[in-house]
This record gives sequence, C-alpha cells and structure tokens, in this order.
Amino acid sequence: MRARSSSLFIVLSALLILPSQLPAADPVTLTAAAAETVDFKKHIQPILESRCLECHDTKKHKGGIRLDRLDDLLVGGDSGKPGVIRGKSAESYLIHVVAGLDPDATMPPKGERLTAQQIGLLRAWIDQGAVWPADVSVQQKIHWAYVKPQRPAEPKLSSSERRWVKNPIDSFVLARLKQEKLKPSPEADRAQLLRRVSLDLIGLPSSLDEVEAFEKDRGPDAYAKAVRRLLESPRYGERWARPWLDLARYADTQGYEKDNRRSMWPYRDWVIGALNRDLPFDRFSVEQIAGDLLPDATQDQKVATGFHRNTMTNTEGGTDNEEFRYEAVVDRVNTTYAVWMGTTFSCAQCHNHKYDPFTMTDYYRTMAFLNSTEDADKDDEKPTLKVFAAGQEQTLADLRSKQSAADKALATALKSDEFLRDLAEWEKRTTATLAKWEPVEIIRSASDNGTTFTNLGDGELLAKGNAPDTDGYTIRAKAALKPITGFRLEALPDDSLPGKGPGRSVQGNIILTEFQVAVDGNPVVLTHASADYSQPTYPVTNAIDGKDQTGWAWGPEFGKRHVAVFAPATPVELDGRSEITFRLEHQNKEWTRHSLGRFRLSVTSSATVTNTALSLDIQKILTSAPAGRDTKQAARLTEFYRDLSSITQPLVANAVKAKKAADDFFNAVPITSVMAELKPPRKTNRHIRGSFLNKGEEVVPGTPSSLHAFPAGQAANRLGFAEWIVSTNNPLTARVTVNRIWESYFGRGIVETTEDFGTMSEKPTHPGLLDWLAMEFMHPTIPGPDGRLAQSWSLKHIHALIVSSATYRQNSKVTPALFEKDQFNRLFARGPRIRLEAEAIRDQALAVAGLLSPKLGGPSVMPPQPEGVWQMVYSGDKWETPTNENKHRRGIYTFWRRTSPYPSMVTFDAPSREFCVLRRVRSNTPLQALTLLNDPVYIEAAQALGRRVLAEKPKASDRERIEHAFRLAVSRKPTREEASRINALLQSKRVEFAADLKSAETFATSRLGKLPDGLAPTEAAAWTVVANVLLNLDELITKG
Amino acid sequence: MNAFQHLHLDNLQAVTRRHFFGRLAGGIGAAALASMLEPHALAGSMPPDPMAPRPPHFPAKAKRVIYLHMAGSPSQLDLFDNKPRLAELNGQDCPDSLIKKERFAFIKGVPKMLGSPYKFAPAGKSGLMLSELLPNLASVADDICLVRSMWTDQFNHAPAQLFLHTGSPRLGRPGMGSWLTYGLGSESQNLPGFVVLTSGGKTPDGGASLWGSAFLPTVYQGVQCRSQGDPVLYVSNPEGMSSRVRRESLDALRDLNEMHLKQVGDPETLTRISQYELAYRMQTSVPELMDISKEPAAVKELYGIEPGKVSFANNCLLARRLLERGTRFVQLYHWGWDSHGTSPGDDLMTSLPQRCKETDKPTTALLKDLKQRGLLEDTLVIWGGEFGRTPMNEERNGSKFLGRDHHPHCFSLWMAGGGIKSGTSYGETDELGYHIVKDKVHVHDLQATILHCLGINHEKLTYRFQGRDYRLTDVHGEVVKGLLA
Repeated sequence: MRARSSSLFIVLSALLILPSQLPAADPVTLTAAAAETVDFKKHIQPILESRCLECHDTKKHKGGIRLDRLDDLLVGGDSGKPGVIRGKSAESYLIHVVAGLDPDATMPPKGERLTAQQIGLLRAWIDQGAVWPADVSVQQKIHWAYVKPQRPAEPKLSSSERRWVKNPIDSFVLARLKQEKLKPSPEADRAQLLRRVSLDLIGLPSSLDEVEAFEKDRGPDAYAKAVRRLLESPRYGERWARPWLDLARYADTQGYEKDNRRSMWPYRDWVIGALNRDLPFDRFSVEQIAGDLLPDATQDQKVATGFHRNTMTNTEGGTDNEEFRYEAVVDRVNTTYAVWMGTTFSCAQCHNHKYDPFTMTDYYRTMAFLNSTEDADKDDEKPTLKVFAAGQEQTLADLRSKQSAADKALATALKSDEFLRDLAEWEKRTTATLAKWEPVEIIRSASDNGTTFTNLGDGELLAKGNAPDTDGYTIRAKAALKPITGFRLEALPDDSLPGKGPGRSVQGNIILTEFQVAVDGNPVVLTHASADYSQPTYPVTNAIDGKDQTGWAWGPEFGKRHVAVFAPATPVELDGRSEITFRLEHQNKEWTRHSLGRFRLSVTSSATVTNTALSLDIQKILTSAPAGRDTKQAARLTEFYRDLSSITQPLVANAVKAKKAADDFFNAVPITSVMAELKPPRKTNRHIRGSFLNKGEEVVPGTPSSLHAFPAGQAANRLGFAEWIVSTNNPLTARVTVNRIWESYFGRGIVETTEDFGTMSEKPTHPGLLDWLAMEFMHPTIPGPDGRLAQSWSLKHIHALIVSSATYRQNSKVTPALFEKDQFNRLFARGPRIRLEAEAIRDQALAVAGLLSPKLGGPSVMPPQPEGVWQMVYSGDKWETPTNENKHRRGIYTFWRRTSPYPSMVTFDAPSREFCVLRRVRSNTPLQALTLLNDPVYIEAAQALGRRVLAEKPKASDRERIEHAFRLAVSRKPTREEASRINALLQSKRVEFAADLKSAETFATSRLGKLPDGLAPTEAAAWTVVANVLLNLDELITKG
Repeated sequence: MNAFQHLHLDNLQAVTRRHFFGRLAGGIGAAALASMLEPHALAGSMPPDPMAPRPPHFPAKAKRVIYLHMAGSPSQLDLFDNKPRLAELNGQDCPDSLIKKERFAFIKGVPKMLGSPYKFAPAGKSGLMLSELLPNLASVADDICLVRSMWTDQFNHAPAQLFLHTGSPRLGRPGMGSWLTYGLGSESQNLPGFVVLTSGGKTPDGGASLWGSAFLPTVYQGVQCRSQGDPVLYVSNPEGMSSRVRRESLDALRDLNEMHLKQVGDPETLTRISQYELAYRMQTSVPELMDISKEPAAVKELYGIEPGKVSFANNCLLARRLLERGTRFVQLYHWGWDSHGTSPGDDLMTSLPQRCKETDKPTTALLKDLKQRGLLEDTLVIWGGEFGRTPMNEERNGSKFLGRDHHPHCFSLWMAGGGIKSGTSYGETDELGYHIVKDKVHVHDLQATILHCLGINHEKLTYRFQGRDYRLTDVHGEVVKGLLA
C-alpha cells in the first residue's frame, strides 16, 4: 500500500535542519493552532485513542513513552525530549513528530498522517495548558466491527410514528430520519412495488396476471402472500446464486493463458439448490469450506467444496505448478476473509496489516488451514468427483454387473478345449504363411534436395543434414533372392531424429507420398500396400496411388518402429546382376520436412506377402517356439485370436457392448472439482514479502489473536476453521452478510464498504440497524410471512424482513430537495432505484418477450454471440449456439469463459470471475445502449414481444395493445402522454414499412423466422420497433 | 438543426447540475469532474461524465499513446542488442554460472550459446546499432530512444504481458489504457477513449484481461475494434432497420425517458439519455473511422496497407486515425514473435524475418506519418515485447532449428515522441547479453515513465478497491529521467 505523504511534511523536512536542542518550529510553515477552546474529551482523547495508543499504552511503551497519561508526556520517553511543554506547542516534541519535523521519528509511523486539523487541535490543547481531566480514562478503542454485536433496543417512537413501522427495521430508519428532519416517502404504487419485489426476490418481473391479481387484492396480507410466493419460487435460488457466484469466482474455464474448459456447474447447481431449500447460512458456509471433512460427508456436501476449487489453474507450457498452486491458496485465504468477514486480509500477505489488527503470521497461520489439499494446479483439475443424480448409481451398478457377467462368459470360453484347439490350428496355418524377409545390399543412395545418408549396413540408411521441405530419395540396391514377391520398408527410431523419429518432422512423422520400385530401369507395378499402422486419413495405400500430395503417415505413433509392405501383381524375376531402384517421395507441400529419417529396405520370395499386415508383435510370437513363450506372449496371442475365432467372437462382442454401455453411462455422469485433504499434510511456511520462492519459518494453523477464540473441541483443520468463521462469537460474519444483502436491495450497504469492515471502512449509516439485523439473522425473533419463526441463520428470513419493511416499500421518487440532502439515499427516505445487473437485464428481456426457458440447472449453455468473440490461442474450442430452449436460458447458465466472458454481460459490468468480486460497479455507457438497441438477442426479444402483443390482443385497438405491451414491459400502465408518444411512433412506422415491404419483412423475421399466418410484415415490423423502444427504456433496466 | 443537438453531452451535464444542485450549480459538478485524479473514497461512485477530459497532475509532454506490443517477445539479440562476443562463443556450452538456479520455460540441461545469424550496422546520426532485419526502422533511428536494459519478473507469456500492461502478473488489475482514460478522460466525443487492435492471427496470450478494466468502472475498459463483423460490437443497426427508423425510435425513446425522468427525478436517467445519443454518434463515426480505403494512395503505399484484410499495417494506419480523432490510448498487438526454434514456424531464420517484414515498414510509416502531421511531438509511441530471449539456443527435443527461450533478465524496447529523448540508446547488457550492466529499467519504471510523459504522477493515480488504494505501478516504479527529453 502506498504511503501518503503529507505536503506539509515534505516542505518542512526539506527546509529545516534540526539541531539537537528543539527550537520553536517555524510558525509560518507549521500548521497553526486551532482558534477554538479545546475540550480534551471531545478533541484530544479521540486522537490519542485512535492513533497513538496502539503502541503507547499501558501494555506497550514504544520509545519508552505512554500516551494514556499526562505525566509521561510532560517528562518524555527515550528521546529525553518532553512531549508536551505547557503553553509552548511549537517547542513540544509531540507536535514535532506528528508534523513530521523529526525525520527519524514521524508519528504515527503507519497509516494516514494526522490531518492539519488534528495537529491544530493538539497545538491549541498544549497552548491552552494541556488540561487532562482526572476523571477521564484514556484507553485504546477496539474498532467497533471487532466487537461482538449485541441486539440493540428498538428506538422509541411516538404512536403516530409507529403507524408507519412494519417491523423493527423501520424504527431504526425512522429514528435516523427524524434526526435529519426528513420524512419517509409514501408507499410505491402496487404495480411498481410488485415489480420491485419480484425483481429483487426472483430476478424476474411477475406475470401480468400476477400484477393484476395483486392490484385487485386489497386484503391486509396481499403483500405477504406475494412475498411468500416469490420466496418459494425456484427462481429465488437462481437469482440469489448470482451474487454468491461472483464471490465464489465461479466460471466454466480454468483461467490464465489457455483458459480451457472445466466442469464446475454441479457446484453452481448446488448453490441454487441450497438457497432454494434455505440451508442455514452457517451450514451453507461450512459445507463450502470443508464439506468433505464433515462426518460421513454426502455427495452434496463434497460438491459444495467446489467453492474453493473455483480458483484458477494455469496450464500454460513452462509454468511451475507449485507456483500457481500457491497462488490458488493465497486466493482462498483472501477470498475467505473477504467473503465472510469483510476483511482486507490480503494486505497481510506481504507485511503486517497497516490498519487492521492482523499480522503476517496470522496470514500464514490461516493459510496453514487451507494449504493442505490435494489439488496442485494440475491440468486435469484433480481431485474431482462424479456427481450422480438420484437413481444413477443403481443404474450404473446394474450395468457393471451385466458387464462382469459378459466378461465371465468370455473368460470361461477362452479356457475351453474347443477354443484352445481352434487357436492351435490357426497358429499352424498362419505360421506357414509368414514371409521371410532379406535386407537388400545398398549400392548407392541419393537425395534430390541435399539430404545425405549414412549406410548403417544390412539395408539400413540414416538421413543426415537439414531436412529440406520436400525431398525424394533414390536408392540403388542388389538382392540375392529371386523371384521377388514383395518389398518391405521398415522405419526405425533413432536418437538423432526429432522425437526419436523415425521421420524427420518436429514430431518424428513422415508423409511418404509415393513408394516406387524399378528393376534394371523397368518400373514394377505395385498393387498391394499394407502397414502395421497408418494415421487416419493417411493410409499406406496413398503411397502407391500415383498422387504426390497424398501419402502414408503414422501420427500420433511417433518414436516407434513402423513397417509397410508393398507387392507387385506378379513376382518379379531378376538375375544375379540385376539392380533394384527404390524411389521414396516426400512431396507434401503443406506438411513440410515429413521425410524418412532411419529406415531399412528388404525383399521376400515368400508366396504370402500380403499376410504381413499382421501386427509385428503377433508375427514375432508366431515365429517363436510355443514352448519358449512367456505368459505375457501367450496371453497376447489369446487376446488377439479371440476376436477372430468363431467360438469366441460373439462373446467378445457381447462383452465389448456391455462394457461400452456401462462406460458410456459412467462417462456421461458429470464431474466437478472438490477439495480433499492431502495425506500426509503439507507443511506451511511464512513467505517473506509474500513471495512464493522465499520461504520463512514454518507455521502451524491458527486464527488471529485479535479476533474471537477458536471454538473449543474443534480440530485445528479446515473444518474447525469453517466452524470458527460461523461461530456466533464471530463479530463479523453475520454483520458482513446482512450488510451485503442490504446492499443488494438499496444499492449501498449500511456499511458502504461492503468489502471492508476494518478501521479504514466507511462508518455504518445505521449502526443499530446493522447489529439488530445481524442478531436477528443468528437468533430470529420476528415471525416470517408464513407466521412462523425462522431457523437460525435463515437467509430467506432476512430477505422477508427487508422486503416487508415500510422502508423498502416507499416509492423511489427523488425530489430536488431530497436529492440535495441525500443524493445517494443513505438515509432511506425513499425507495431504492438502481440499474439491474447484467444477468437480470437479459432475463427480464427474455421473460417480457415470452421467450425465457424455465429449465433449472445443468451444464452451462452458449446463447448467440457475435462471430469472432471467442478467439482462442491454442485449442480449437468452439462457441456452439444451441437451437433449442438452451438459447433462452437465464443468464446464470451462460457459459462463463474467464478470458472472454459473454460480451453483453461484460458491457453491463459483469466481472470476468477470475477473482472474488464483492461489489459490482454500475456504469452507464454508450456500449450498453448499442447492446440493447442492436444485439441480435435483444432484436429477437423485440420481435417476440411484438408478436406476443398481437397474439395476446388479437382484436384490440392500438391503444389497448400499447397499454398491454407497456404493462408487459414495466408492469404499470402508461400515462396518457406516454401512450400517445408510443402511438405516434407506431403509426409513423406502419406507414414507413408499408412503403418498404422488403425491409419490413427482414426486420420482423431476421431472428425469429417466418411470421404466424395472418400477421402482415408491416404490422409485425412496426410493433417490433415499438418493442425495441420498450426494451430500451431506462425504467425497464432499472429497479425502481 | 437536428432536434438533438441540444442534448450534447456537456449541455446535458449543465442541465443536470442546474436542476439538481440548484444554487450550488457548477461548484459540486466541477469538483466531481476534477476529482478523478484523487483517490476515490467510494468504489462504484461515478462522476457525471466519466470520459470528460481532465487535466493531468502537471503539464504533459504527451497527450496520447500508441503502444505497439509484439506478443511473444522479439529477440533483442537479433534485432537491437549486438553481441560480437556471443557470436565468437557460438555453439559452445553455456557457462554453469549463468544457468545455475535459473528457471527456464523450456531449456533443459546445458544449452549452447547462440550468436545472432544477422548483421548489425550503425544507423542515423547517432550511429544506433540495428539489425539488418529492420532496414526501415534504421531510416528513422534518430527519432527513437532504444532501451536495451528493460527487465521483468516474469518468464511466461500471459503473466509477463499482464505484468507489462497492468503492473501485476496475476489477473484482476486494470491495464495502462484503462488507468490513463480513468485519469485523463478522452478527447473524443464519439469514439472510445481506449481502443485495442490485434493482428498476427491470434490474440495475445494474456487475452482480453490485458485491456479489461478490472476493478475500474467498465467505461474505462479497452474497446476492441474488430476487423471482421461489427468493428465495435453491436454498432450496426439490425437488418431491415434504416438509420431513419433508428433515429425516430431513438427520438421516441428519449421522449419516454424524459417523461419518466419527470415522474421519478433520478439524474441517472439523464445520463442514460446522453449515452444513447453518444451511441448513435458512434454508429456513424466508427464505420467512418474503420474505412481506410479512402486514404490517399501515397499513405496506403507508405504503410503498405491491405484494405479488407487483418494486418499490422492496417492497424498502424487505424491507430493514427484514432489519435487524430481524440482517442487517448491505442493498443496494438501483433502475435508471432515467440522464436523458440521448434520449426521454421517459430525459428530465427524463417519466422523472425517474416515478422520483421510484416511490421518494420508500417511501424516506420507510422512514425514518419505522425511526424509529418505534427502529431509525434505530443504522441508517445512504444514498441516492444513482454520479455527478452536467451543468448542460448533452445534446441527443444533436439530441434535443429535456431531459437531462443524466454529470458526475463533483459530485453530491448524503443520509445518515441512526446517527452522522450530521441536518437539515443539507454542502458547496457553484458557481453553475452545475459544480464544488464548499466541503467536497469524495470517494467514498473517503464510504467511510471509513461504516466510521467502524460503528466501523471504514478503514485497519485490511484483507485480505492476493497479497502486498498491500487495503482498501476503497485508499490514500485521510478520515473527514468534518462529517457526524457
């Protein structure tokens, strides 16, 4: 963190050379003493308590001085200089150190410097005689957020004021408004209120039927019924998982350079499910941090630990896995403290926290809780867990037992006399047909493009020199055999070749584009080619097809011996002087340097050349004596022949089928990454200046001494740590959580800095309300909308309380007077009005258009996005737009690629989810306008909304349809002025499109396709324009 | 007169202020505008127009920046840093002292020294030694300042690129262009203030995070102008919608938003109205900007542009057009400099000359063009990669192609234009080009110097996020006085 320099300090230290005796500081440059009469309790005590006593109190006397009593100040500490000389502030050492006049001792040594006002007050206090009343006890204050909350008494209100109050939230808010001489606003009208509470609780507007029913229901419990309906909707979990997933930095890819896909969506579905069943927040937390360590942990509890497996994995070539494992653990430490305790713990990674009571040792002792898991920045994301849906495990067990029955039947058959007899006969037959090969005697070898050869003897050559892009080899040789029935090319691995060869490409591959033979200058027509292995789409027959761009290759079987056999239609006769010329072509222009590196040429006279496609190891076994074979060889032969024998063939097919059925089923079961404890545990060290390479002393797990005690009876492991976080003694967890929920509703927290409750945080605007909510969260006392008392740590309870309050139900109109008094609505004299979040903007447009899919959970989906957005450095991974309802799923299900998040969401301030995001900003940019105006997703929604209005109001007038469309969009009825303006647009577009039918057709159908029967393009296009305008209304994308 | 001219951004803000601040008009608004360079007390709070131009901390030499990033990192030893002694030792084993305790990305065992296969010759009045691979740059040698003593902490691409642009090797910090537009706003009323252009077939390894705004408001993120499809996402009207229909529907939208503003009174609605007008202007200005076909033939020839294609030359010309129109920061990425030598596709003999051919002429053209238009004197131009390359041959898996591994201890980079001393070099490396021996410039120093040229004290351009004041240079960085004119 940067040290802020006070300009005063710079000026003074530059100008003054300090002599040993303290002179009076220059009165021109030193901050003047305050003019007012100083009150010690009001002015001086707070400065001493907040800025001095941390190091100079009864316990610590740094520099040999205490500042909690006057005597020490009058005498001075180790410096020997009196801190206070009554009446002479300019000569008092206290003033010199706080003003920065002593370059060796500037106080306070960390954090912000004292302000000019504070220095002025200290001077005035000294000048006015340094009065220190005897009855004042000066002690270091513990920052409020580190003191366990107590339930405050509800502020007292008059009975007329109480009429406004719906629950205790309102008492706290109204008491504050009274102080500020403000009055609450009237309740929002019913359509506006239902829209607001729907968007808040389920992230979607209520249907028009629901709005109308609510408007009509004047019963006293109408609102409570609506709240209950919304809280019970499965949409609630989807809506409230959204902010939690920002905290959990949930994404569908690994992050960093390659950013490959990973499967984490079962964790996302766990969050949605846990919120829907209102899993108490303490359990919700423990399961995510240490669900795997719970006794008899369920699959669900293990899936929950995905929370901390959402850290990034670096698979860039050449990176150090341990470095990025360390980074992931650092992220887990920082995220845990940020999410649950609103603490900027990350500051203590490199040094003791400058403002808050956390040391660097505290940091690494927390790390010790989290450092000992199995995951280690591995490409495969292990440890992972198969996530079975109900019934799936049984199905798999059934499939596996079928598989083992089939395996057993096959094993029995393989031991039967019948099969063994069959095998022996086949062996005899086949051995007789194996060809005998003789290497040729090489006379000369040459290359077209500069390759040279080393003759290794025995028909073997090794290519040397730089491999040219394309090359042809000509090899002249003699052979002793006659007649010749076949030619054999053996490619052999060699250490001098890239990847051991046998080819000369970087990987050791070849493309043998042609293999030709001539005897004494007469070409031999080759009609057969076979090989031990050919790369798919590069069969060896390509080498005799007469084409120079096709050929034989063997990827990815690099670094191994390969064999190809070529045969003429009829045997070739030759005499003792005959010369054989081999021509090996490597002419592929796309894949250059794919030429042979080390190889041997042989010939045969055997009658059955073509049988040599039999794999090399089988040939080798067959040519060895049966008695000399080892068990491995015998087993290999059985395994090979069982596929050919008519006795076992059907059984093999059956076993393969059964295995495939079981495997396919198992493979289709999704996986997710989980936490698992490493055995034996990993040691943890302090890291000097936070550097991963620079290790300090070893540390043991532990929590900061400045906070509540570690719960008795808990083990010093991740689970114990999780229980410590959700202990009701924790001063932070409940406050931080209710504050963040409050922020979601009102746009600002009661503590504005939701991410920081430390000494640098903003003061709570309503400290009593904050503590009351925190206590009510842990120990409920107010019945919910269903009349029952909620369980402890119930999130739905807090939501119900907030939305039921009169505070929340006010209308959001801002008068200039209110704006001037409270621009940001920190006092809550009006209802909230804030722009919707990225996902909600999308969801609402689809819902209004009638397109939104209600499907809950499952793998992430890829709704339409422009071509070319998904640029990949390495993998060829594609963005594949679905054609089914997955096109129209809620935003929370959109595939989240960290290095290329869905563009329209980013435009509306969605983060990349690389790290925990505690608070999204809300910007207002032209790119947002372009998205809502032109993004094909929103054009599709406009077309659908236009068609919807016409379909739902087939016989209505334009006015009625306009009202319907407007209500679909923003729930309320349009004013007469608004309806007229929309009507003017509709009429003029109708005329305009009538004159340009082609444009009308395109504009009305480009995304949704053919119009329903009876709907004219002009009409559809004009209504699409209207719908496009409605979907762009500021009111629509705002919760008001 | 267009009925909407009165909705010009500045007027709108004046209207907002008059309306809502009553007799305080001007005072608070001006204070909010000026406050961008001060630490933000509240994340998430925005001034009325976050892109309005704002004065720097002190008078600036440069008003705008073009950063030409050569992704993958060009070999300094074959382009900028001539090492005759290395050539003498070519093929010999690397001394143990250099590789002991060293972490390499790919080199294993004891590598062999690799002298440059290219000749160097003095260029310009200053006699700057440059490689034969950069004949065009040699012609403007007197306009650049070559830094031979850059170094970084990072030796993998993505972290090193992030480090260079965001000051941190990890994801989650804003890039230089975001910091600068956050600090200074933009001079353009109808184009983005921070634009990114990529070429070379692939995006840089660090991805879009290199120009993301991270914790800064998204209005400061880099806008990637794409060469295919919409140059800026969603800038084109939907099929079948004429610009007249668009205009009229925007009129209706504005009217409806104003009616709602009267009902509710939230000034955010006014900002929204003005952003729709800016969006409308962008619908015209962006396609006009991207159309380089109408540039004079001499200019096309100078850069060697190929209209309709994705090329570095096209992007250089677009960069100039953007700067002329008031964009604050233009970031170019050209991919393909990762000369490991595993094949001719990434070696020193085939690939490196090819990359130089693609970039040398347009880069030089850009400098000449800016100079000729009088823009170079207040435009800062930077050219370089994210780290250096080893003086040893990599020989991965026994590859026969010449190549060099990643090297964080030294690399070269050049700067030109506003505030930079021209026709000179800065810093020196040892005779093997392994370590710096004089005037080290760390990545954070470079960032501090760039901000300095723009009139910004790098320690004072901060943003409070999650309880901490962040800045581009983290807690480091010193302005390199020796680079300044």
